[in-house]
Amino acid sequence: MSTHTVKLTVNGKSCEGEAEARMTLVDFLRDVLELTGTHIGCEHGVCGACSVILDGKPVRSCLIYAVMADGHEITTVEGLEGSDGSLSPLQDAFWENHAMQCGYCTPGMLIASHHLLQENPSPSEEEIREAIGGNLCRCTGYQQIVEAVQMAAEKMKGGAA
Amino acid sequence: MNAPTEFRYISKKRRVKEDRRFITGRGRYAADYKLPGMLHVAMVSSPFACADIKSINADAALAMPGVHYVLTGEELAANINPLLSGLDLPEVKRLPLANGRARYAGEWVAAVVADTRHIAEDAAELVEIDYDMLDFVIDPEEAIKPEAPVVHPEKGDNIFFDKTWVWGDVEGDFKRAPHSLSLRARWSRCSTVPIETFAVTASWDDGREMLDVWASIQMPKYPEQIARALRLPVSSVNVHFDVDVGGSYGLKRGIRQTVIVSYLTRKLRRPVRFIEDRLENMAGGEMHGPDRIFDMEVAYDDDGIMHSLKITATDDCGCYPGRAPLQLGKPVSAIVGPYRIGSAQYHARSVSTNKTSQEAVRGFGQAPTNFAIETVVDRIARELGMEREEIRRRNLIRSDEFPWRIPSGSEYDSGDYHAVLDKLMEAAGWDALIKKRDELRTEGKLAGLGLSTCLEPSGGNSSFEPLFNPKNDTTTWMESCLIKVDMLGGISAMMGTSTSGQGHETLLSVSIGEVLERDPDSIRAIHSESVTALPSNSPVGSRMAIMLGGAAAGAARKIKAQLIAIAAHNFQLPEDRLVYEGGDVYVEGDPDRRLKWEQLVDIAHRQYHNMPLGSEPGLQAQHTWEVPTGGAMPAADGTVQMYPCYAFEAHIPLVSIDPGTGQVEIHDYFIGHDCGTVINPDIVRGMTFGGIAHGIGAALYEKFQYDESGQLQAGTFMDYLLPSAHEIPSVGMVKHFTPSPLTEFGQKGSGESGYLGAPAAIAGAVNDALAPLGKSIETLPMRVRDIEALLNG
Repeated sequence: MSTHTVKLTVNGKSCEGEAEARMTLVDFLRDVLELTGTHIGCEHGVCGACSVILDGKPVRSCLIYAVMADGHEITTVEGLEGSDGSLSPLQDAFWENHAMQCGYCTPGMLIASHHLLQENPSPSEEEIREAIGGNLCRCTGYQQIVEAVQMAAEKMKGGAA
Repeated sequence: MNAPTEFRYISKKRRVKEDRRFITGRGRYAADYKLPGMLHVAMVSSPFACADIKSINADAALAMPGVHYVLTGEELAANINPLLSGLDLPEVKRLPLANGRARYAGEWVAAVVADTRHIAEDAAELVEIDYDMLDFVIDPEEAIKPEAPVVHPEKGDNIFFDKTWVWGDVEGDFKRAPHSLSLRARWSRCSTVPIETFAVTASWDDGREMLDVWASIQMPKYPEQIARALRLPVSSVNVHFDVDVGGSYGLKRGIRQTVIVSYLTRKLRRPVRFIEDRLENMAGGEMHGPDRIFDMEVAYDDDGIMHSLKITATDDCGCYPGRAPLQLGKPVSAIVGPYRIGSAQYHARSVSTNKTSQEAVRGFGQAPTNFAIETVVDRIARELGMEREEIRRRNLIRSDEFPWRIPSGSEYDSGDYHAVLDKLMEAAGWDALIKKRDELRTEGKLAGLGLSTCLEPSGGNSSFEPLFNPKNDTTTWMESCLIKVDMLGGISAMMGTSTSGQGHETLLSVSIGEVLERDPDSIRAIHSESVTALPSNSPVGSRMAIMLGGAAAGAARKIKAQLIAIAAHNFQLPEDRLVYEGGDVYVEGDPDRRLKWEQLVDIAHRQYHNMPLGSEPGLQAQHTWEVPTGGAMPAADGTVQMYPCYAFEAHIPLVSIDPGTGQVEIHDYFIGHDCGTVINPDIVRGMTFGGIAHGIGAALYEKFQYDESGQLQAGTFMDYLLPSAHEIPSVGMVKHFTPSPLTEFGQKGSGESGYLGAPAAIAGAVNDALAPLGKSIETLPMRVRDIEALLNG
C-alpha cells in the first residue's frame, strides 16, 4: 500500500503527516494528528459522528480519504474554542442546555450546528432539525440540542448588535 | 405536590459537570487510548447460521507482513473458563470465539492480530475455514418444537428456561369475571445501538502482574468476570473506570471482547486493542435486545375493571444465555403495571435460536412488557366502547393506597398516578388534540391519539437471579462512595464504575454538596480504578440516582459527623449544643463561637493534639449500602420484592398515517412524569426525551431482521433505521413529584424513562388511526411497509 504525505490546514494550523492511500480522513485526524475529538460511529456515512468542516462545508470524514484532503482546510471540534480557550457561544449553549449525555455524537452535532449558524444566524426549529438531521444521537432525542442551537443563535445575535 | 423547595442544590438548575469535556472534544473514550506497541484485532466471522468448523488454516494470514497472531476458538477455550451464564445451564458453554461449531451467522470464529486494523482486516480475509453446514432454526416458535434443530445439542432442546408462576386466584378471577379477551403482541428484536461500538484495550504487565483494561463498559462485576475467565486473581485486573462510554443504555457488556484481548495481551506481551466496526457490532457483538412474543389474556368486568392477567412471554434469546433470559425476570417487578389487578399468571419462556445473543437493554425487558399490557388495556377499552383515559383511571392504583403490594410480591413505594394523568391531560389539551386528530381525518389522513400509563421500576436489585436460577443466591446489590477531604479543604468523591452519559459526576457532587452544604462545583467526582474501587454494581436497573446518590449522601453524613465531633471536642460541649452550617460548626445561639471549615479540616489533618481521643486522623469516609427493601430470597411461590422504587409516566402522542404509503408522522407528543425528587432537572429531561426517541425507534423503525437462511439483514445504519431529528418531535413534558419514602432525597430512577411507555403509546396511536378501518396491528416495529401492507393488502 502506497503512502503519501498529506499537508493540510486544521483549525487554522498547518499540519503534515503520512497516510496510506486507503486511510480515511477521520483516521488521519485521530491517529496521525492525534485530534481525537472527532469520533467514529458507523464508518459508512450515516451517523455523522465524524463530521468536520472541509473548506467551509460539513462533511463525513469517514467517507473521505486523507489524501483527498491534501491542501484543504479542515475545522474539527477542537477548533471551535476561542484562541484563549474560551467556549464559543454554541459550545456554551450546548453546556447550558445539557445538549448531550454520553458526548459521543456531540462533536458532530457541534460541527453541523456551527455550520448552520454561520450560514443562517436565525434558523427556525425546522431548519435546525434539517441541519442536524444527518447526525444521529441515541441519548437526547435531539430536543435539548435544538434548544441549544436556538439559544446560541439568540446570543450570537445579541453579541453582533 | 409541587417541586420541593427545601433543598439547597438538589432539583436546582445546574450545569452538568461532565459536559465541559464533551463540548471541547476532550472526552476520553476507549478508542482514544493509545499505548506504545499496541496491536489491533479484526474478527473472522462465520457466514453460516449453523456450521461445524472442520479446520482453520491461518498460514496465508500469518504470512502477511504485520500480522502477529491468529487466535482460534479452540485455543481460547482450552485456556479460559467459560463466561458467566444467567441461568443454571452447565451444558451450554458461552465462549468468546466459536469452538468447534459456529451457531449463528456473524459469530466470531477467529481473531486476527496485526500492527494495524487495516492489516488485521486484510489478513482476516485470508483465514481459510472449512465449514460443514448444519440445520438451523431462526423462528422461536419453531425452535420449541421437538423436531427443531437444536442450537446446543449438549442441552438436548432449545428451551433455556420455562416456568409458570401463579400469583393469587387467577382461575377463580377468570371464572368470576363476565369478560375476558386474549391477544398476541409482538416485540421484535431491536437494541439500544449506541453510536460508539464496543471498544476495549488490554495491556498485561509482567512486572506488576497486572492486566490493565480500558473499555467502553457498563456491566456489574466486570473485573471479577474478567478474572474468572482468565483464571487471574481479581487484584490482578485493573479496569480504568474513567473511560468515557459513548452510549450504552444497559447494553455495553463486552465480556467476550474483553476476554479475547486480555488473553492476547498475555500471550503476545503487547497491548491489544479491539474496536468493533459497525458490522462486527451488529452481527457478532451479541448486543441485540429482547425479541418477544406475548400471549396475553385478561379477565375484566362491565366497568372495565381488570381482575386478572395471564401473560405468556416467549423470548428469542438467540444463541447464548448470558443475562438475556433474566430480562424476562425483571418485569415480575411490575407484572401488572400501575393497575389494581388482583391476580396474575406469568409464563416465562426463553428459547434459543441461531441468532446473535441478547444483552441487557434499557428497561431490562420492562418496555416490551409494558407495551403488551397497554395493548391489552386499549383492547378492553375498544371492546367496551370506553375512553382509554377512563379505563386507566378506573384501574390505576390510587394515591392513598401506597405502599401497594402487587400479586407477584413487589411493594410499590409511592405514587399519584391520577394526578400525573390529570396534569398530562391538561398540558396536552386532550380535547384539542381530539379535535386536531379529527381535522386530520377530514383531510383524508388516518390520524390517531395514543395513551399509555406505565411504571419504571428503579433502584435495581438481583432478585430475578435467584428467581430464575435457584443455585444463585445473590441478594446483595450494593453501591459505594468514598469521600476524601484533603488538607486544604477540597472534597473528592470516588465511585467504582464508569459512566455512559448518566451524569454520575454531577450526581455525586450535588448529593454531597447537599449534605455538607458545600458548593457542588467545588467537589471533584472521580471514577476509581477497579483495584482501588469500593464495591459497585454499575449503573444498571435505573439505580444510580438512588444508590450512588444514597452512598454519596451516606458518606457525606459521616464526614459531617466527624466535623461535629471535632468541634464538640474543641468547644468542650456536647454535640447537641452545636450547629452545622455550610461546613462550619458554631455554638447554638452564639454564631460567633465558630470553627470554620478550613479550621476543622486543618485540625483533622495536622493537629492531632486537638482531635478527640482515639480518633482517626484525616477526614475521609466511605459508605456502602444495600439496595432498600433488597436482601431477601424469593418465596416458594416466586413472590419477591424486586426493585424498591417505582416511577410513573404517562404518554400522549398524536400521529397521522399517509394512507397511500403507510408513513407515520408524529405531530404532537406529551409526557407526564413522576420520578420523585429530581436531582438534576436537565438530566431527567434529557433521559426522558432520549428514552422517548428510543421508544419511537422501537415502535416504528428498528428491527434486527434475519432472513430465512439465517442471515442478518440489518447490519448497517442503512437497513437498521435509527430515528433522526426529522422523525423525533419536540416533546411537552409535565412533571409531578411524589417522593419515595425509601431514598435519601425522595428520588426514584429515571434512566429508562420515556422508553418504557413510548412504544405502547405510539402503537396505541397507530391503532387509533386504524380503528375507523376496523384494522389493528400488534407487532412492533410498525414499519412503513407493514402498515402499507395492512392498508393496501
